[in-house]
Amino acid sequence: MNELAFFIDYSRCIGCQACVQACEECDTHRGRTMIHLETIQRRETVQTAPQVCMHCQDPICARVCPADAIKKMPDGAVQSSLKPRCIGCSNCVLACPFGVPKYYGDIDQMMKCDLCYDRTSAGRRPMCATVCPSQALSYTTLEEIERTRDGVPTNVWRFGDEVVRTKVYVVLPHKAPAIHVDVIRADGSVAHPASDRVDDVAAILEMG
Amino acid sequence: MSALAKPPDSIPNLVARYGPHRHDAPPGGWSAVGEPDRVVETHCCFCGQQCGIRLKVRDDKVVGFDPWEEFPFKRGKLCPKGVKRYLQNEHPDRLLTPLERHDGHGFAPTSWNAALDRIVAAMKRIQADHGPDAFALLGGASFTNERAYVLGKFARVALRTANIDYNGRLCMVSAGAAAKKMLGIDRSANAWDDITKADVILAAGSNVAECSPITTDYFWRARERGAKIIIIDPRLTPIARTVDLFIPVRPGGDIGVFNGMLHVMIGRGWIDRAFIEAHTTGWDALEATIRNYPPERAAQIAGVPASMIVRAAELWGPATSSFLLHARGIEHHSKGVDNCMAAINLVLATGRIGREGCGYGTITGQGNGQGAREQGQKADQLPGYRDIENPEHRRYIASVWGVPEESIPHKGLTAVPLLEAIHDGRIKGLLSFCFNPVVSLPDGNYIRRALERLEFFAASDFFLSETARYADIVLPAALMEEDEGTTTNVEGRVIHHRQAVPPPGDARQDWKIVCALAERLGAGDKFRFESPREIFEEIRVASRGGIADYYGITYDRIDREFGVFWPCPSPDHPGTPRLYENGRFGHADGRARFQPVDWRPAAEEPDAEYPIILTTGRVVSQYLSGTQTRRIGGLVAQYPQPRCEIHPKLAATLGIADGDFVRVESRRGHIVVRAQVVKTIRPDTVFVPYHWPLDRSANNCTIRAIDPVSNIPEFKICAVRLQKVDPPTDPIAALAPEAGGVE
Repeated sequence: MNELAFFIDYSRCIGCQACVQACEECDTHRGRTMIHLETIQRRETVQTAPQVCMHCQDPICARVCPADAIKKMPDGAVQSSLKPRCIGCSNCVLACPFGVPKYYGDIDQMMKCDLCYDRTSAGRRPMCATVCPSQALSYTTLEEIERTRDGVPTNVWRFGDEVVRTKVYVVLPHKAPAIHVDVIRADGSVAHPASDRVDDVAAILEMG
Repeated sequence: MSALAKPPDSIPNLVARYGPHRHDAPPGGWSAVGEPDRVVETHCCFCGQQCGIRLKVRDDKVVGFDPWEEFPFKRGKLCPKGVKRYLQNEHPDRLLTPLERHDGHGFAPTSWNAALDRIVAAMKRIQADHGPDAFALLGGASFTNERAYVLGKFARVALRTANIDYNGRLCMVSAGAAAKKMLGIDRSANAWDDITKADVILAAGSNVAECSPITTDYFWRARERGAKIIIIDPRLTPIARTVDLFIPVRPGGDIGVFNGMLHVMIGRGWIDRAFIEAHTTGWDALEATIRNYPPERAAQIAGVPASMIVRAAELWGPATSSFLLHARGIEHHSKGVDNCMAAINLVLATGRIGREGCGYGTITGQGNGQGAREQGQKADQLPGYRDIENPEHRRYIASVWGVPEESIPHKGLTAVPLLEAIHDGRIKGLLSFCFNPVVSLPDGNYIRRALERLEFFAASDFFLSETARYADIVLPAALMEEDEGTTTNVEGRVIHHRQAVPPPGDARQDWKIVCALAERLGAGDKFRFESPREIFEEIRVASRGGIADYYGITYDRIDREFGVFWPCPSPDHPGTPRLYENGRFGHADGRARFQPVDWRPAAEEPDAEYPIILTTGRVVSQYLSGTQTRRIGGLVAQYPQPRCEIHPKLAATLGIADGDFVRVESRRGHIVVRAQVVKTIRPDTVFVPYHWPLDRSANNCTIRAIDPVSNIPEFKICAVRLQKVDPPTDPIAALAPEAGGVE
């Protein structure tokens, strides 16, 4: 299988926002960026995290859309809302487990990452994955990622009992059957304690 | 002396007229539709990576960009500056005509003839009254090779002044001096591909994620095949977050790390004695010096635990292949050359250079940081890296130029002493290109006073920079995409910048400006260039037989081969991606030279009165003094104003919370900026990026101390004190942040 796919490797992200700036230049949504770059907790760390649309195999945004305005293409890319159909209800904005779709009041329409359909459908890489200087975002084959990267690509997510499979992969440091996103348990305890990585320079100097 | 030449109108008035203003959208706005008329393959104008980009052009205006995926060095990768740089061509702040100062009223447009006549009249008057060296020139590493060459020739042949230097003096000179002294050639020793094949990478004083972003991918490609990465930096930078060993060195303590590592390596036998014997000189003296740097003492100098230095030696020492990189973090010191030499000792001691996966590089900061230091606009150089004091070199260049050897001036003043000579009245006139010293040189208040004392000052730039506000005449220059030419990237690869569009209005290419001035000075016959290609043909000849030999390089070859690496002495020579193969170094005897280096303190260490170290640097969305990038909306929005990074421990002792305004004060000046409380910096050090002007200029605080060899300023360490203050409300603070205000 030599199918091209999109991979996010958070460990490589340097927070430079080349993806954010370049996305804005795409012809289908010029002046609006469809990628979100999160600064996790700047006081504690320089870690940042890019978020493109994950392109769910069974897209929740499309399921909850009362106007049937969100279409999945044969290759699995989930499109932005269709302008004539979108009623601006923001159901998709609320339903997306990854927080991707955004409602734009000035055009009364939801827009989101469509995996640069104009580029990828013509065999080119999406804009963000092309410019990404650290290749935290990359568009290549699963084989190539497995050959050249230390981490393990995964596209299965667990939100509580719900399993979501996505077209977009994330590269994890270690093999895991799925990514658990239920960070806070019902009793309020933290499911996944913070990483043991210390980004406090004072602590690093003390530890030696 | 005439009255002080302060800016001819209030700062807010000048900002209102000339910016910096944010410009967000391409010509016609985001909703403009239509295919481009053409797409031009060229390179980003900013840092030394010189990433390939394709500029979309419609109606002779740059309207957008597309990644250039075929260019091998970067395969389409760009940072945010590269993405947004296209917005400069149609920027509303562009200078479209020459301007003339009218005191009290700002600037008024004038004609090219009137502007050039006034400059030449001032040159002649000042040189007649005060001698030829009383009129100085400043150039820049944003110049193409062609522009740098023409300006250097103009200084020596037309204006006949010794005093020409360039803003690369703030960038590459420590690295250059060290590499030349030890390896014989001032150039990164390898093409970047060798980074990916190294088993261990050591990067010192280099925030690659923000200052050379695409190099991050080279590190990762090595890492994914098992390479270990060592980062030496006072701040935990984005690349440092993930590496195998991060050494948070105290600013100025780098020699402690390098010498301490070598001490451990000698003790454990991780030294290539056969290589040292066959290909180097000076090992015994180095070994004697290193005896004084056991890890415990080295650790005191470096301000880190000794265990880190031992661990670094354990990673670096026994490796079979390695790559060492350094940048301004170790170079911007009054011991910058020594810092670099201590680092290069680690490369030579292991013999790991000149073969696949083994090498050394310095990461050029400015666009043409490499090429602009080869073509003869440095105070002490002639084209082809020739030495202006070497009689043989002088004779050769004199023959190329068709002038008597004795007519070529000798070595002049470098940038900081040149500004000091202006301050002290020894230099009376200045013509400056793409240099913004009131933001970029240390001790900003002193630099401003110096410019006020000039009898005549002319500046050429795309926009009215903070420095150009002091000028009598301002010339509107052309951007990289409005000119043609070559630059030489971080790897020593000579590349081709194609002209995409004509300059807007009456803006003009700098080389044309220089040739027009030469004509008026009576040297027009030496400057009959019709195009950059003609200038390049002369560079080929002028550099022939020199260290940076371009003779075999042509524009056609560059286009065909995606760039050509110098030295390339003949048209059938393939170019030289990797230097020093088979242990053959650049010195006449072919041997590299070890250099023993002892640590010494900075010009100004913290004390009871000013107890905190200030270090300065860049952020990813801004470039140098910000003349260009503080005008691009998306880049301003990303990081609008400088912030003072401070560790929570230090912040707590000073009662400073995140977002508070703090006054950062040194013996020379102060700034008021917002605090950013972060754990990713040493508690004894604060960091402020330097891209902003006026009361936000970190260089108000930095010290005017320079390295005795390279004359690079000590931007990376000075002593300051911090105090929480109320939000500033003065007229400067009220400006937009890109102009020097606060948000």
